[in-house]
Amino acid sequence: MTSFWSAWIIVLTLGSIFGYVWLLLANRKTDTAPNEVKSHVFDGIEEYDNPLPMWWFYLFIVTIVAALIHLALYPGLGSFKGLLNWTSTQQHEERVAAKEANFQKHVEGFMAISPEELSKDFKAVKMGERIFKSNCSVCHGSDARGSFAFPDLTDNDWLYGGDAVSIKKTITDGRIALMPSWSAQLGGDMDNMVTFVQNLSSEGMEGQKTNPMYNKFQQVCSSCHGADAKGMQSTGAPNLTDDIWLYGGEHHEVKLTIQKGRNGQMPAHKDLLSEERIHLLTAFILSLNQSLE
Amino acid sequence: MKHETIEKNIGLMMIFITLVISVGALVEIVPLFFQKETTEPVKGLKPYTALELEGRDIYIREGCHVCHTQMIRPLRAETERYGHYSVAGEFVYEHPFLWGSKRTGPDLARVGGRYSDDWHKLHLYDPQAVVAGSVMPAYPWLWEQKIDGEKTGKKMAALRSVGVPYTDEQIAKSFDATNGQLEIDALVAYLQQLGTVISHQR
Repeated sequence: MTSFWSAWIIVLTLGSIFGYVWLLLANRKTDTAPNEVKSHVFDGIEEYDNPLPMWWFYLFIVTIVAALIHLALYPGLGSFKGLLNWTSTQQHEERVAAKEANFQKHVEGFMAISPEELSKDFKAVKMGERIFKSNCSVCHGSDARGSFAFPDLTDNDWLYGGDAVSIKKTITDGRIALMPSWSAQLGGDMDNMVTFVQNLSSEGMEGQKTNPMYNKFQQVCSSCHGADAKGMQSTGAPNLTDDIWLYGGEHHEVKLTIQKGRNGQMPAHKDLLSEERIHLLTAFILSLNQSLE
Repeated sequence: MKHETIEKNIGLMMIFITLVISVGALVEIVPLFFQKETTEPVKGLKPYTALELEGRDIYIREGCHVCHTQMIRPLRAETERYGHYSVAGEFVYEHPFLWGSKRTGPDLARVGGRYSDDWHKLHLYDPQAVVAGSVMPAYPWLWEQKIDGEKTGKKMAALRSVGVPYTDEQIAKSFDATNGQLEIDALVAYLQQLGTVISHQR
């Protein structure tokens, strides 16, 4: 702040405070005797000109003194930082640092343990669960069971891999699904292909070998979903044989997926969450699937 | 000067009242017009793209700012949830500010990148589908209404006149960037860039 604006603020602030002091004191004296009615009458209303009641007067004095003390201790008068040297950002940083030190005390030792091991540690999993509820539950649900377009994290069916390294990468860097539209390639075979894909869960790839769509699937879909339609975690292409449907398994839903493509996105969290928190989250997510193993 | 003199001269009283009530604004607002912290953009801040700008206008039209603030205060409880506290330099190109004053819903100052585009669309179409118990209304008409690109360039030119550094090229291309786009896409584009100029790990 330049000295001009600093002076501007100081002069106006103190000037107005002292102006009020003057106004308060100047109005203590009156020309009339106590309870004497003034000479003028407006619409039949007359008035006294008594000084301010004492309690009221002292209340003003208290507020003025409080204002001056506040201005002396805290920043308020232009560039003057106040005797306490207090700033809101410094207070914020101190509180964050205290919280972070407390957090570090609790996670001490956890970083040396693998997420797989940590997923059996009650305290680590509870901490991970709280981080999950604040950061992940908006999409994946507070029970981690996901919803339409957001994967269930408890079913041991993984788009990008369910080992600790893959989960960490998914959280840290995010993921973008790359299912393009296949309308042009499938043309009139669209509905047959939808039925073929729907039947993969019950009959599998082998059971439909005689289906005319079998070869079409191998040409169009297998490069991502695999020749056995069991998906490919390196591309995030889901397993189509397990009757788990991220975008719905009804005919019209599968059709829409093939027609329009899907580009589900997991946002990257490396700028939002620290390494320790991602470590704990990974342990929590692994713990969700342990009952199934 | 006698009290009576002021009371009986309404013009004089108006002058004194104006002087008294303007002190607060003169001390707290006027100096901000001349401070570096409030007039210089933070590093990396860019004016809205044409589509984001239209999305911002939809945000205003639908009254999002009535229930959502865009101002994270330097309090730990807020920075823990929303991210780095807001700084003045982030709002240099904002006309008008959308800081808001009441949080019925959460603060959105750094919502950009937190959720996927799909999530935003699902949430705006049917908020309760993704956030159980939410009181947010649905905005299904955003999928029906399209943007009239004729106005985008004029809006950008108007913003340029108050100091937003749009180039002639950006204004010339604005029609193609926005015309006929669905309103939902513009709104999501706006939401996805909110607060992304400053990132903060926690």
